Amino acid sequence: MSDLLEIADLTVSFDSDAGEIQAVDHISLTIRAGEVVGLVGESGSGKSVTAFAILRLIRRPGRVKSGTIRFNGVDLGTLSEEEMRQIRGAKIALISQSPRTALNPVITVGRQIARLFELHGGLSARDAHRRMLEMLSLVRIPDPAKRAGQYAHQLSGGMCQRVMIAMALATSPQLLIADEPTTGLDVSIAARILDLLRELGAKTGAAILLITHDLGVVAETADRVVVMHAGQVVESAPVRTLFHQPAHPYTRALVRSIPRVDRTVTMEPIPGAVPSLLDPPPGCRYAERCGWVSERCRIARPPLTRVVADHEVACYGFEERRDAAG
Amino acid sequence: MQTSAPLAPLPPPSPSLVWRRIRRNPLSFGALCVIGLIALAAIFAPWIAPYPPDATDAAAALQSVSWRHPLGTDLYGRDQLSRIIFAARIDLSVAFAATAAAVVIGSLLGAIIGYRGGWVDHIAMRPVDAIMAFPAFVLAMGITAALGNSTVNVAIAISITQVPSYLRLIRGEMLRIREMEYADAARTVGNPTWRIVLIHLLPNCMPPLIVQATLAMGFALLTMAALSFIGLGIQPPQSEWGVMTAEGASQIVTGEWWLFLFPGLAIMITVLAFNLVGDGLRDFLDPRMRGIR
Amino acid sequence: MPLVEVRELQMHFPLGGLPALLARLRGLPAPVVRAVQSVSFDVAPGETLALVGESGCGKSTVARCLLRLLDPTAGSIRYDGTEIATLDSDAMQPLRRNIQMVFQDPTASLNPRLTARRMVEEALLLHTALDAADRRARVDGVLEEVGLGRELADRHPHELSGGQRQRVNIARAIATNPRFVVLDEPTSALDVSLRSRIILLLESLRARHGLSYLFISHDLATVKYLAGRVAVMYLGVIVELAETGELFARPLHPYTRALIAAVPVPDPDSQRERFVLEGEIPSPMELPSGCPLRGRCPIEQPVCAEPRRSGKSRLGRYVACHRV
Repeated sequence: MSDLLEIADLTVSFDSDAGEIQAVDHISLTIRAGEVVGLVGESGSGKSVTAFAILRLIRRPGRVKSGTIRFNGVDLGTLSEEEMRQIRGAKIALISQSPRTALNPVITVGRQIARLFELHGGLSARDAHRRMLEMLSLVRIPDPAKRAGQYAHQLSGGMCQRVMIAMALATSPQLLIADEPTTGLDVSIAARILDLLRELGAKTGAAILLITHDLGVVAETADRVVVMHAGQVVESAPVRTLFHQPAHPYTRALVRSIPRVDRTVTMEPIPGAVPSLLDPPPGCRYAERCGWVSERCRIARPPLTRVVADHEVACYGFEERRDAAG
Repeated sequence: MQTSAPLAPLPPPSPSLVWRRIRRNPLSFGALCVIGLIALAAIFAPWIAPYPPDATDAAAALQSVSWRHPLGTDLYGRDQLSRIIFAARIDLSVAFAATAAAVVIGSLLGAIIGYRGGWVDHIAMRPVDAIMAFPAFVLAMGITAALGNSTVNVAIAISITQVPSYLRLIRGEMLRIREMEYADAARTVGNPTWRIVLIHLLPNCMPPLIVQATLAMGFALLTMAALSFIGLGIQPPQSEWGVMTAEGASQIVTGEWWLFLFPGLAIMITVLAFNLVGDGLRDFLDPRMRGIR
Repeated sequence: MPLVEVRELQMHFPLGGLPALLARLRGLPAPVVRAVQSVSFDVAPGETLALVGESGCGKSTVARCLLRLLDPTAGSIRYDGTEIATLDSDAMQPLRRNIQMVFQDPTASLNPRLTARRMVEEALLLHTALDAADRRARVDGVLEEVGLGRELADRHPHELSGGQRQRVNIARAIATNPRFVVLDEPTSALDVSLRSRIILLLESLRARHGLSYLFISHDLATVKYLAGRVAVMYLGVIVELAETGELFARPLHPYTRALIAAVPVPDPDSQRERFVLEGEIPSPMELPSGCPLRGRCPIEQPVCAEPRRSGKSRLGRYVACHRV
């Protein structure tokens, strides 16, 4: 698989009355064509900010301080606003966590989708209408012709999210960013939305960046997982490796901290809290919560290093332990 | 993005933070200083004003702007500057008293109606709608005409015209806030109704009320000046900006422009200052402005 | 003897507007939304009973009835032998020190103008004769018990983090030493790492004080961890009630099966039952006749159109399904 999106050394900060909040701190990550990448972290980990940076939607008081984001080899930072708009609508699509507010309340959902075909695909009104109905049945909305004539408030939350997915896929994007797509939906609805996302991703060949705090969602949906903590990427691995051989102490702690339905566990909460991103200390931001911490971790930030092919971790403690084990 | 980006717990607002936010709105801050100056001048009028406000001096009648009389004199030779300073006393105190009374009555009634909701709300709000549908100034005119034109009656008239707007504001806030989880929490803890309304809910309706009251101070001043201008409010020879403007207006044709201009300016500057402060407060108290930015 | 006994609890909300007017003109009974159709359960002293279900199933309405934030349409709620479903608010007042609630949204359930201390102290002020010094000592003790440092006691909610706010909520609920606490989705608004800590805190408080919990939740993983027994609600009725281990090991009702199957599991190799319901939850205005799951159930048979029987109880287990 070739690299579709390549983020290198991205830093995003927000100016506040109290000082600069470093929301994303020199992160790098890659998304390959057709792949489902899970971006996991607690709130404040910078995962949503990363998504907005990809779409170049960081607005004041936030700003991108460093880094490049390449999409199909093109540096998005060098594009004009007009060129970026072309990419945003057509090549990279966003599914947000509040589908109801993301839909226009005064235009029927069918019209909103059809308009995308007219704008981006140059289709006639009749063809756009036909494609719109196809999209609605693709996302398994029952009775598409009736639903197309309805407004967002007449649809359930799950139905709205399906419409959002239809809109996102209407322009055949290469990358779909799904920001907590199932937060706020009931479990049974959420499960089907995830199935749908995965299935449609495979069908259309679109890569998916799935942003979530739910490890279960990641395990069931993603091919590869990137774990973020306090604005830093701490680990990146294929999904099986991440759950079976987690390398970073934060990843391990995260897996152990959640109750689960499939087996009886003793939950162990992660000690401490996500550190303040206001003038954070140098070094690893997990240091204060970590059992493996050494003096080194507080001074310099550990770089992302390769464990095995495709598995990277940013932790001095892990390296030391591995070296000691030979 | 504002909601999801900087989620780290923020430090409590420090004095420097408040100061920084004030500085971001220099116009409103300037207006606040202007109101402060006018209020100080009103309080210390006997010491600041160069002449007693009612001291006539036939020899100095209808003098234009000069060093002796910076804002000129009127038909009876009374010093215009001194009269404007003394007028600030009555103008500000009547406007303040009227607004304060309206705030208290309006918010208590609004709180009760909003908290009860249902049919109480339906019935109680109809007279309020009726009063609000009536032009406020005509209503104030009618009330002063009926009660007789004393200073207290002017205050009552202004107050009555303002009560409905506070009542409606607080009622709306109450309808919203009583559904908040903390209202339920107050119930489950076992608070009696009066405590829920007065301690838990009403204080949370305050920010928009403060803004509204500040803006209404300007309106109260205008109403009072206008009532006096048409002869229904404060009566001459009391120095009051509306009275003075009315007196000055009759002199315009004969060229004594200062008699009309300066009291008019006093009204305009004060009203404008209250409006600017109100706008500034609106930004300042906006919950979205708290903490971030 | 159970501490709380709920029998055939019903909560109907009258509909306003045009439908109500039309019904009245035609002389029909006023239309209602049957949020809770008929719900019965017991909570034993020291027990955690979970009430699970998806949004709109009526679980929070049941909670609000128990706290008498709502006046139930019919049915009985007995607390320690006392009927509370019909008590007026004055008679309910002294009981409130024993029946408390932790709310879902830790931010919205705290008064933004009061400090943590004042909110916890209020419960003592209303229900005890303690003087100011004793109240202060008790507040300090409770705050410490829920893991809030003394330095946070005088802060306002906006100066606290989400997890700290939920601790204030819990402190307020336990300040008067209640015996029964309703937990309305106490962790759903919290971050993953905070969630586990609040769960452990709730569990230790229950064990130490012998509290009884009614734990309202849609998060089955948390329910499995915290509850002794689980009642599953769907469209205003309990469809299954069983001991927690039993329910998760062998869910009998098709709705329970589908619900458990839908929970994503943090294990990429897990092989779980794929048991999916058709469509979406119908509006409570258009309830199907017969079994409430009719039209969505994968194992539906003609018999399911028959009027709902009251569920079968066997081996301490209750299942409301024609097919089981």
